[in-house]
Amino acid sequence: MGDKPVLTKIAVLGVGRVGTAVARTAMQAGLAVNVAASKGAEEIALIAEIITPGAVAMTAADAVADVDLVVLAVPLHKFRTVDPRMLDGKIVIDAMNHWHDVDGPLEDVTGDPRSTSEIVASHLAGARIVKALNHIGYHELEEDARRDIASGAEGRGLESRRALAYATDDADAAAATHELLDRFGFEPVFAGALASGIAFESGTDIFNDSFDAVGMRAALADAGIPALVAA
Amino acid sequence: MQLGAYSFGDTPRDADGTLGSTSDAIRNLFDAIVHADQHGLDYFGVGEHHTLDMPASSPGAMIAAAAGATKNIILGSGVSVISTDDPIRVFQQFATADAVSGGRVEITAGRGSSVESFPLFGYDLADYDRLYEEKLELLRAANDAGSDARVTWSGTVRAPIDGLEVVPRPVRGRLPIWVGTGGSAPSSMRAGRLGMPVSYGIIGGAPARFAPLVDLYRRTAASAGHAGDEIRVSVAALGLIAPTKQEALDRFYPGWHAMNMSMVEKRGWPAPQTEHFLAQAHGAGAYYVGDPDDVAERIADLHGHLGHMRHFLQMDFGGLPQEHLLESIELLATEVKPRVERLLAAK
Repeated sequence: MGDKPVLTKIAVLGVGRVGTAVARTAMQAGLAVNVAASKGAEEIALIAEIITPGAVAMTAADAVADVDLVVLAVPLHKFRTVDPRMLDGKIVIDAMNHWHDVDGPLEDVTGDPRSTSEIVASHLAGARIVKALNHIGYHELEEDARRDIASGAEGRGLESRRALAYATDDADAAAATHELLDRFGFEPVFAGALASGIAFESGTDIFNDSFDAVGMRAALADAGIPALVAA
Repeated sequence: MQLGAYSFGDTPRDADGTLGSTSDAIRNLFDAIVHADQHGLDYFGVGEHHTLDMPASSPGAMIAAAAGATKNIILGSGVSVISTDDPIRVFQQFATADAVSGGRVEITAGRGSSVESFPLFGYDLADYDRLYEEKLELLRAANDAGSDARVTWSGTVRAPIDGLEVVPRPVRGRLPIWVGTGGSAPSSMRAGRLGMPVSYGIIGGAPARFAPLVDLYRRTAASAGHAGDEIRVSVAALGLIAPTKQEALDRFYPGWHAMNMSMVEKRGWPAPQTEHFLAQAHGAGAYYVGDPDDVAERIADLHGHLGHMRHFLQMDFGGLPQEHLLESIELLATEVKPRVERLLAAK
């Protein structure tokens, strides 16, 4: 990895439980945050003021315009409503999962052998997609940050923090995500190409459990993903 | 502060986990509601849930039966999945039970945890948003009809109604209709905008984290011009009371484990972990499992964060022995309630 980029501002698309938790965690990490969703401007403004205080509510196009990274956290069945043009060239973390209870059967997703993030990537053709933040519960994002995975105590060694996996085909996107997860208070573990992200989709062992970095690498290896170093 | 219970029905199990009869589950639920009324519990919510292990599929029928056998307890649904039902029928069933009870019946309309009702009644989960929004509007229209009982409504999810009578009318003019939600910001705002009371189902995490949502709800209601008694908050959570904390943990855990194991198979939930259970069952956690002092302190503490007016617990799932359910209900009404009142009065 070359010079480390320094993230200063991100955008979160979606103000559900995942999106608002990501926005709060990002502000805790010292980042400026724009939030946007498909609701009316007044609703988003009030949600931002009360649920994600400090985040700036704006339209999706404005929110993503001048940020270093975008987190996509809308219900998966709505991902096609996201305009690909505004995300052209952007680093986009796909934090979405297929939830049958929320999304319904989604035959075009379940009938496709690829990971959901690859399907999202073909819709958002110009974006540099990363699969990340999908395999941790929204409340765990705030509760498990900086926590020692074995003892539950805070502020122990970096390697004993809870590990979060990420997968992408783009080196810059990998570096940015690595920094983001680290600043969120987790141990980033690179899982390789975007297609590898299928190893931590809902229903997998990685999705259903929590690991430190060593455990995460072992779990990825069990799923057929070799040990890797980002970029 | 009102205290109460809710249940989806809990089919009895043999020692090896084999399910008994669903009719026994319904009878046990009926007995539990009557028991709750006799001991002075404030509220009981029923289903709807459509599975062999939790068979309380018809809250309206259950509440009508309970209405005739109880004197004081408030009876409601927890929740009515109105998206996959006919709101006029739901209203009529609950208004009928309301008449039998002398005005003690409420409806909670929500998504519910039971997506089984979508294929069962021939609906597509993909239409969820529109079904819920329009059917909630129709349910409210039926409830808000004037003295002529005439309802007018039109939408896309069913045929319009043009000035037709919807009877019987509720004893107190209108039934309280709550919005039941798992705690999303948009649902909180919808309830506030409509001026409806909101019921939060909190099944994990730290319940105090719902404070900003409650604030969002109250501020949306205020800015829409809604005030007074309609703007109130209740909390539905898991829990069980026993004479000692250890007994409560020991009694609750097998059912919690069994329920989670069935969700591992059905919906791909993670395997249940004892440490997770214990973390949730203490302090700021979401499981109100304990002795009367412990549970009362934790409910009063949450009240400091949410200002809720009703706290009710799902106690029976995964095959909880009926005697443990009945004892928990009795302790909640007779031991926890006075402690909560003392704690809140001292604040």
